[in-house]
Amino acid sequence: MNNTEIVKRGLARRYAREKRFQLYGRCAVMVGFIFLALLLVDIIVKAMPAFSVTEIRLDVAVDRTTLELPAQGALTPELLNGVNYSGLIKQTLRDLFPEVTSRKDKKLLYQLVSSGAEFNLHDLLVNDPGLVGPSPLSIWVKADDDIDTFYKLETVTSRVDERQMEFVDKLKNEARIRTAFNTTFFTASDSREPEQAGIRGALLGSFWTLLVTLLVSLPVGIAAAIYLEEFAPQNRITDFIEININNLAAVPSIVFGLLGLAVFINFFGLPRSAPLVGGLVLSLMTLPTIIIASRAAIKSVPPSIREAALGVGASHMQVVFHHVLPLAMPGILTGAIIGMAQALGETAPLLMIGMIAFIVDVPGGITDSATVLPVQIYLWSDSPERAFTALTAATILVLLGFLTAMNAIAIYLRKRFERRW
Amino acid sequence: MQTSSLIILIIGLSAISYLTGRNRAQSRRDAGRLLALPTHYGSMTAMWSALPALILLLAWLIFEPGYLHSRVVSTLPDSVTSLSAERIDLYVNKVLLAVQSGVAPDDPSMQRSANTYIEAAKQSRRLLSAILVVLCLSGIAFALSRHLTRLHARRRVEAVVKLVLMVCSGVAIVTTIGIVLSVLFESLRFFESVPIIDFMFGTSWSPQTAIRADQVGSSGSFGAVPLFVGTMLISAIAMIIAVPVGLMTAIYLSEYASPKFRNSAKPALEILAGIPTVVYGFFAALTVAPFIREVGTSIGLSVASESALAAGIVMGVMIIPFVSSLSDDVITAVPQTMRDGSLALGATQSETIKKVIIPAALPGIVGGVLLAASRAVGETMIVVMAAGLSAKLTINPLEAVTTVTVQIVTLLTGDQEFDSPKTLAAFALGLMLFATTLVLNVIALHIVRKYREQYE
Repeated sequence: MNNTEIVKRGLARRYAREKRFQLYGRCAVMVGFIFLALLLVDIIVKAMPAFSVTEIRLDVAVDRTTLELPAQGALTPELLNGVNYSGLIKQTLRDLFPEVTSRKDKKLLYQLVSSGAEFNLHDLLVNDPGLVGPSPLSIWVKADDDIDTFYKLETVTSRVDERQMEFVDKLKNEARIRTAFNTTFFTASDSREPEQAGIRGALLGSFWTLLVTLLVSLPVGIAAAIYLEEFAPQNRITDFIEININNLAAVPSIVFGLLGLAVFINFFGLPRSAPLVGGLVLSLMTLPTIIIASRAAIKSVPPSIREAALGVGASHMQVVFHHVLPLAMPGILTGAIIGMAQALGETAPLLMIGMIAFIVDVPGGITDSATVLPVQIYLWSDSPERAFTALTAATILVLLGFLTAMNAIAIYLRKRFERRW
Repeated sequence: MQTSSLIILIIGLSAISYLTGRNRAQSRRDAGRLLALPTHYGSMTAMWSALPALILLLAWLIFEPGYLHSRVVSTLPDSVTSLSAERIDLYVNKVLLAVQSGVAPDDPSMQRSANTYIEAAKQSRRLLSAILVVLCLSGIAFALSRHLTRLHARRRVEAVVKLVLMVCSGVAIVTTIGIVLSVLFESLRFFESVPIIDFMFGTSWSPQTAIRADQVGSSGSFGAVPLFVGTMLISAIAMIIAVPVGLMTAIYLSEYASPKFRNSAKPALEILAGIPTVVYGFFAALTVAPFIREVGTSIGLSVASESALAAGIVMGVMIIPFVSSLSDDVITAVPQTMRDGSLALGATQSETIKKVIIPAALPGIVGGVLLAASRAVGETMIVVMAAGLSAKLTINPLEAVTTVTVQIVTLLTGDQEFDSPKTLAAFALGLMLFATTLVLNVIALHIVRKYREQYE
């Protein structure tokens, strides 16, 4: 038996092995894709209910006697503030369901509408006192979150009583219940009641935090990159700086949170829960990303540009700031946007510095207490109410939307301004 | 004045000084030769006016709280100063709170302290504003007096700019030092109350410390071994998923896939790396964990609702693109001649990969895997949301375990005083985490670097 025969005999097995190996590779790629698809589909399906909200139409009697207002005279905001709106809503509900008499049933009846309804009514009347009059005011108020879940998903849960289901049926027959687009989700801040909760506060918190991050990390990052790439002498200190930057890029984010807590809050006494501290911590985190990207961009500017500028008498500093930096700017900005996208999705270090407080107010500046989108996701995902799951998933979609937009801008910048020298 | 308005004031004054300096140099230039452009003289003047003022402002901001604090302490009545240091701090904090909230305290002596504080703060700000303005103006005057034709303004300006660039690149060092010092100091304070041996080798973790001295059963025990084991268990599950899948993905994409497929598949997989960890946590806690539990129950296994398996699997998926992109880099760095040589001897492509490319790329792959492991150890949100809270010493992936990062988060979120062993324990855990990931990173970066040099 010669060598050729030995090889030929093994060929079939070897080819089979080759096929199998390729198949493993395909499977591995597929695993990644399948998980990505599962993740996205799961979140989109979970998020859908959050974008619509169930509303109930109430015809509220708003004549002066019912409101217990003086029969004559101007309706000042003080007068209107004193009206018992909660009682008004309850009265309207009782009128809708005259058959309800027992205490227990009445309580169930009142739970149909969101506890925010009275405030809506209050705001409506205070803003337009002209609405007060003999004709009843027809308004759509939000249903309570349990009723909302029941009506939208048509699932029977233990949180909705049988009596309440009958009420909903009656409302449906009278065309007094509908689902509408949930604008509250974008205009309100956090709330204990899912139907009144929104992401505006978290969005603005993220905005302020990212603003601080950008203002700190971009200039410092570019300056560090310029120094290391253009001016730094080859010595131990430069090496040490480089090792440090590479290591910082791999330090767990939660450790940066510990740094922020110990240094910014306990040592410097900066306010807890504020975008200022959050932004500073995140800028320390994104700094390595920006420095590494900026260095690559500066390095890719060909030496001929530098030499030409030096040749006509520019100083080294002028070469860098007048010629190298503008040419490297697209690359630097791409890196900066990617760094900002990372910062936008970061949660753990912000938990450390107290950005998980329950905050209802919309932050107006960098020293107000605030929360950010990812932390809001974390907070809501912990809530027992089912409606919060949908809100969480919807917030994730918003966050992913922002991240996609940022990355798309980065890709566009790279494609549009990338130069091959 | 507010700090922000002071900064605006300084910026405004330096803008004026820039214009003055430039215009003056311009007029000199018309008269004779200058050694630099007028803008350089302008910049120099602006630097002289702004830099000293900014340095002073910074120093003031650092020392002002201490000064105000001491002023408040000096006004305290004897009944307070005779108390222990902690009680005095508490009292002063109450005063500061009253000042900040604007609510007048009912205690008259406290009211007096608050008034002193407000007065002192006002005085300090007035003094600061006056000094800043004087400093700015004298800086301008000094710079203008030096506007001689022989002065090389550009060199001065560039020296300062270079210094600023240098300081900025030092921020990385300062951050590292800050991390080390902050976790180290708090950890040392923790080890004063809990011996380091107990912490490192103790097998019971229940960080509830007694509120009252005579309380039973909550003396708190800080044996971190269950946390280390839990962290390792979840990381191991993650690596078991991520390393084979990531490596095979990299091999397939770099050796088999057509350029077209490669160019569209790579960015798609990178999306996995760009998804925030809190999203993975949500997915793990609300979808994967219940699913695993259901499957487990249907085949007769008891699975905890916060099983290590769910957190580990999702973490593994998160790390896949990390492993695959690092391995991809090292695999493509293997010289083509080695592939060609192997194929020319009659080896199939998979044999070439297994017997030539992987061994050649092994150091780089190992480096990448170590980096991925350090990621897994330090990952927080997935485990906070999907892993358990109770520290159980087990290596059964179907049970709930807790990790170092979970405990750091639970110990530090929520209101508590900063000096209790409970919060300090979080810093000790942080120190462990930092040290572990640092060692992993240094080794990994060293290997990767060595490997690159080999083929360059």
